[in-house]
Amino acid sequence: MEELALHILDLAQNCIAAGASEIAITIIEDRAANRLTITVADDGRGMEPEMLQSVTDPFFTTRTTRRVGLGLPLLQAAAELCAGGLTIVSTVGRGTTVRVEFAHDHIDRAPLGSMADTLAAILAVNFEVEVVYRHEVDDRAFVFDSRELREICEGTMQHPKIILWLKEYIALQERLLGGEQ
Amino acid sequence: MKTVEDLRKLREEVRQMTKLREGEAEVRVVVGMGTCGIAAGARETLGALVQEIAEQGLLSVVVTQTGCLGLCEREPIVEVNAPDGRTLYARVTPERARRILRQHVQGGVAIEDWVIRN
Repeated sequence: MEELALHILDLAQNCIAAGASEIAITIIEDRAANRLTITVADDGRGMEPEMLQSVTDPFFTTRTTRRVGLGLPLLQAAAELCAGGLTIVSTVGRGTTVRVEFAHDHIDRAPLGSMADTLAAILAVNFEVEVVYRHEVDDRAFVFDSRELREICEGTMQHPKIILWLKEYIALQERLLGGEQ
Repeated sequence: MKTVEDLRKLREEVRQMTKLREGEAEVRVVVGMGTCGIAAGARETLGALVQEIAEQGLLSVVVTQTGCLGLCEREPIVEVNAPDGRTLYARVTPERARRILRQHVQGGVAIEDWVIRN
């Protein structure tokens, strides 16, 4: 994938498939330590240890429409290529957390890309999931909580006009934060 | 400007528009958002649909998502689910998505060249 934000969208799809009602997406750019860490945590149904062992195997998938599952293996390979790695912690009935780490300045690391587009895509088509997004760049942060916006929007949040507004709002905040885009 | 006040104003505007269109037949536009869809550009396709619907004020059109349909090499796939039937479209770029909305969803004429046949 050309952007890490697309991997994040793919991870969020896993959360939704796991029946999550809340997805916490955290991006930490620590430039002094040369690390970029992405965490996607959900409160979905979680996985048994046996399944957890197989999810980074490309020839394992729960779907029936094709026989390979490439999302997590692709991301793991991308991280390992950049002096990083991918870890998954999961508890049945509690949820799953995927954490992926990269060397910030690694030449092979894909750019973060548009988190505004990714968050807007999640919110546009998922009517019952809340997203808590936090993007830290050194000692600054941008935080977005869909519950606060849902309260302001009073039932209109799924409307394309509102989604478009949210996308522009997030894009603006991301630019002001001055981290990766 | 992007303030809470702006968002409240927009909310009221959306409510007024929605009231006027209540009861119109609904068309569902479904975007394939599996790993294969995302890697092929489904996020941009979805973004184009949302933008076009907002700008054209197509209030009876609802955008939703589905996972992998097993036709990964033809992603991004978009399904138009109208009262008169379902149509699957292959390789839907943002530009194609906008044309599908105008010609098929609004105009009622499917774009045969892009339709997936069984």
